[in-house]
Amino acid sequence: MLRRHPEPLLWMLFSAGGVVSGMLMPVLVLLFGVAYPLGVVDAPTYDGLRALVANPIAALVLFTLCALSFLHWAHRFRHTLYDGLQIKHLNEVIAVVSYGVALVGSGVAAYLLWQLS
Amino acid sequence: MEQTHTYGDTPYHPRWLRRRVSTYWWLWKPAYLRFILREGSCMFVGWFTVYLLLLLAALLEGPLAYELFLAWSATPAVLIVNVVTLGFVVFHAITFFQAAPQAMVVRLGRARVAPQTVLLGHYAGWVVVSAVVAFFLLGA
Amino acid sequence: MAQRIRLQIARYRPEQESEATFDEYEVPYTKEMAVLDGLNFVKDRLDGTLAYRWSCRMGICGSCGMTVNGEPKLTCATFLGDYAPGPLRVEPLRNFPVIRDLIVDIGDFMRKLVRVKPWIVRSAEKPIAGGEYLQTPEQLEEYKPFSMCINCMLCYSACPIYGLDPKFIGPAAIALAQRYNLDNRDEGSADRMEVLSEHEGIWGCTFVGECTKVCPKHVDPAGAIQRYKLTAAIDSMKAFFAPRGA
Repeated sequence: MLRRHPEPLLWMLFSAGGVVSGMLMPVLVLLFGVAYPLGVVDAPTYDGLRALVANPIAALVLFTLCALSFLHWAHRFRHTLYDGLQIKHLNEVIAVVSYGVALVGSGVAAYLLWQLS
Repeated sequence: MEQTHTYGDTPYHPRWLRRRVSTYWWLWKPAYLRFILREGSCMFVGWFTVYLLLLLAALLEGPLAYELFLAWSATPAVLIVNVVTLGFVVFHAITFFQAAPQAMVVRLGRARVAPQTVLLGHYAGWVVVSAVVAFFLLGA
Repeated sequence: MAQRIRLQIARYRPEQESEATFDEYEVPYTKEMAVLDGLNFVKDRLDGTLAYRWSCRMGICGSCGMTVNGEPKLTCATFLGDYAPGPLRVEPLRNFPVIRDLIVDIGDFMRKLVRVKPWIVRSAEKPIAGGEYLQTPEQLEEYKPFSMCINCMLCYSACPIYGLDPKFIGPAAIALAQRYNLDNRDEGSADRMEVLSEHEGIWGCTFVGECTKVCPKHVDPAGAIQRYKLTAAIDSMKAFFAPRGA
């Protein structure tokens, strides 16, 4: 029988996060990070955006995006420290901290979206 | 034989030459640098997720906080970070989608879908998703 | 009159020195001469003490892999003319301990290879009277690209993960495991998964992708590893949601 490892699950979440953030983030960064601040297009009104975020489907998409993006970050961050900087002796600490941050971040996202709904 | 120290999976041998990989191995060749930049893109994915949470928090707090968030987002430092973020996020999307056909074999019936088709499918999805998001946000 | 090219060849003579040095030789070449022919010229005419491995000269034995101008190459399939006017640097394969000059110790790879059982595993053999195991062209096509591996270890040399963590089982061993997993006659995938689902198995790989680029036989070990990860992940999800199920 297979030994139980968290790796397959973590990798699945990492991959899902890669796809979801790849699909959604470029347009969001372009609008919220660049186009609105530069005034290329008008930023959404408070009421308009609030109504949009309150939509259950939009909230679900946003939550998925935030949670999976955090998990994607955590996985890559851990591996890059492991390979790139060769700090293997801290592997477990880094793993706990990275995935812990990702879970806390996802919790915050869930709380905010819940309050906004 | 095993009581002497070993290096990796090769037993120690007094006359063999071993070189340790430098911490800066990723500067050795362009492909390695591209790899580390690809992995590094996760920092920008993480940053923008935090940025989204800040936006949501501002929305929750009220119209004034939202205005302040928008003003903050237009400050040079934040703007520069986000322009760089845009570059990395696009790079992340491209590299991630490029890897997809290598990782999965898609089948229609018995025939294997060509890797190029899988790649094109991802790009098509990207365009559609971006268009839908832009449609809703520009209409809001 | 043939043209000439300078070769800077890494030397390591453990009885004399504790570090590698470079010796420079000038060899004549014609456009059909490979780097290996250059080395043979050095050995035959200039310096008989040069040590390196080679056998078939036609890209099938996998023994003449070396680092040529920083890239892992089969020296029999890399041509001197492409590097004119030189100088051309020939070093042993990276990530392996050097025994002498251009010769590396391949024991680690050989031990890893056996661990993934790169042969057809059957729980019960059919009696001979039962006839052969039939395979359709489509079934052959499933694993054929992975079966082209010649164990030259260029992929290990290109893989920074293997360099950093010598316990990593490595590209070729995983590609060869996939070659048998994808063979419809084989029943050993669960055995192989035991070895490959370890951290030093497939999960150690972060998809640098260089193994695939340097492979002289177009095996795509990087793709094999990612596909394996997907299979392993789906399997483990199934095991999680249906723990005792089929």
